[in-house]
Amino acid sequence: MIRAREISIIRSGRALVDRVSLDLTPGRFTVVIGPNGAGKSTLLKAISGELKPDHGEVLYNDRRLTALSPIELAAERAVLPQSTALSFPFTALEVVRMGAVAHGSLEPGLAARQALTRVGLGGFEARSYNALSGGEQQRVQLARVLAQMPSPVSNGKPCAIYLDEPTASLDIGHQISVLELARDFARAGGIVLAILHDLNLAAEFADHLAILHKGRLVCEGRPENTIDDTIIREVYGISGTVGRLPAAHIPYVLPQSRQSAQR
Amino acid sequence: MNTLALLAGRRAVSGDRSAIGLLMLVALVLLLVLAIFTSIVVGPTGVGLPHLLDYLSGNAAALDSQNLLILEAVRLPRTAIGLLIGAALGVSGAMMQGLFRNPLADPGIVGVTSGAALAAVTAIVLGPTLLFPLQSVLGEQFLPLMAFLGGLANTFLLYAIATRHGQTSTTALILSGIAIAAMTGAATGLLIFMADDRALRDITFWSLGSLSGASTSKILAILPFVGFVMLIIPFVAKGLDALVLGDAAAFHMGVPVQRLKRLTILAVAAACGATVAVAGSIGFVGIIVPHLLRLAIGPSHRFLLPTSALGGASLLLFADSIARTIVAPAELPIGIITAILGAPVFLMLLLGRNGRSSMEGL
Repeated sequence: MIRAREISIIRSGRALVDRVSLDLTPGRFTVVIGPNGAGKSTLLKAISGELKPDHGEVLYNDRRLTALSPIELAAERAVLPQSTALSFPFTALEVVRMGAVAHGSLEPGLAARQALTRVGLGGFEARSYNALSGGEQQRVQLARVLAQMPSPVSNGKPCAIYLDEPTASLDIGHQISVLELARDFARAGGIVLAILHDLNLAAEFADHLAILHKGRLVCEGRPENTIDDTIIREVYGISGTVGRLPAAHIPYVLPQSRQSAQR
Repeated sequence: MNTLALLAGRRAVSGDRSAIGLLMLVALVLLLVLAIFTSIVVGPTGVGLPHLLDYLSGNAAALDSQNLLILEAVRLPRTAIGLLIGAALGVSGAMMQGLFRNPLADPGIVGVTSGAALAAVTAIVLGPTLLFPLQSVLGEQFLPLMAFLGGLANTFLLYAIATRHGQTSTTALILSGIAIAAMTGAATGLLIFMADDRALRDITFWSLGSLSGASTSKILAILPFVGFVMLIIPFVAKGLDALVLGDAAAFHMGVPVQRLKRLTILAVAAACGATVAVAGSIGFVGIIVPHLLRLAIGPSHRFLLPTSALGGASLLLFADSIARTIVAPAELPIGIITAILGAPVFLMLLLGRNGRSSMEGL
């Protein structure tokens, strides 16, 4: 169990995150949504230990985050960043291998190859990371996260993965397969926290949805109890969008209606 | 490839360049042995390979006393000091490039060179007058000691400026480094303006670098610092790899980022301060050696750091062998040779077909 308790992050006199409490429970896929600048990434940085909250505290299994060393933290959680460019030409395998080394794998090269296969990039091992497309780079990074956290539960303790906009540069097929991977991680007893912008994907995959607005947690709960016209109008400033279909002449793609056999 | 991987004791996984790294390590050890032999047997006097073989086979009596003296008092110390300095420059360059995520970074980026230069010029210009008491006490050690302390002091200053709330920003370090280098440069210029002809000549030669005047005491003086930067290789290699993905990602993977930065910067500053102190500033080794190796074996620091040490040592020994024979009995400053050897190779790589991809990261 990972808990954020009343955390605030203040920069230049402005509260980017304002007294937010959030519980990350094992077995649950928690999704944070909210408009640009709502403080989603900042919240994730505070929970991952990258930023020190100005008020409040983050607890990993009742131990304070500040009392954990970087190595201890790396055994608790792995983080998928938004986008990363490399200044040196590592291969895809070498990037993923770093995650396997962080996990303490005895055969990091092999573990890295398995992780690449899990994200559908088998055969990409020797490709230069910088020459890959944005979406492929993001999947390599996801493979690195999976190499650092190969199993959702390790020694009886749940492991956590944090994903900052994991679907940002992915096509629709890969958006869904990445989120399915994350959901499987949670179903197997792991902890998953993701920031998403696509409300439909968030509604479909989240077990627990947290809506952030101007640094404050305005609403949390199961998606069907959180996403409604009122809250979307209040947070995003657009009204009458929930549960309505577009006009007949506008084609729309509804990923929820996909048939799994055809994927 | 597969036999190489077997040599490395692991199964071959494509995209993993460990086997090539290991092969390069072995090749460079052989190259270094060749460089050491060359450096010992090449020189203006007649001491050559037969003498060395006699000496090594325990048959020192076969050498006349003059040749023995040249071997023991000149060639061996000079080779040893070239080895240490070349290794320090190569590995320091690779470490700084990894830490700053920039293939053009060199140890000068943390201010050690400009600080050492200012201190050395101060020692040369003010040594006979204002600082005479110090100079008379320290004698020959005055200039190297000043250069070493000046380099280290400047690095401490830069590090303190760039560190806020226990986090060192590499951008702040580079930018304040430029400001500090401009200031030390101005101070150095002022001293040169005040200098007389003797001091000017000394300054010029110091800044070109030289391995002449090698002695056991100099070797012992720099050995701890060079030894330290070599010893930390296995402890920083993994962290420097992770740092290529960014400070945050490295921290997420369990790397104590701040400790890594502090350790690397101070070890590099001490090693380079020591080498600058005894041999002046020798440019280019720290940039070209890691760059060439990155093209050959990839950027992973597990192999890049040790091979850069070996490659740097070999390059410097070969360059020094040329420097002291090409205009014998006089001797060219070694910095000239490393630049003449290094610059064309470097340009060829950048402009060549293979080089296109190496330019991407610049």
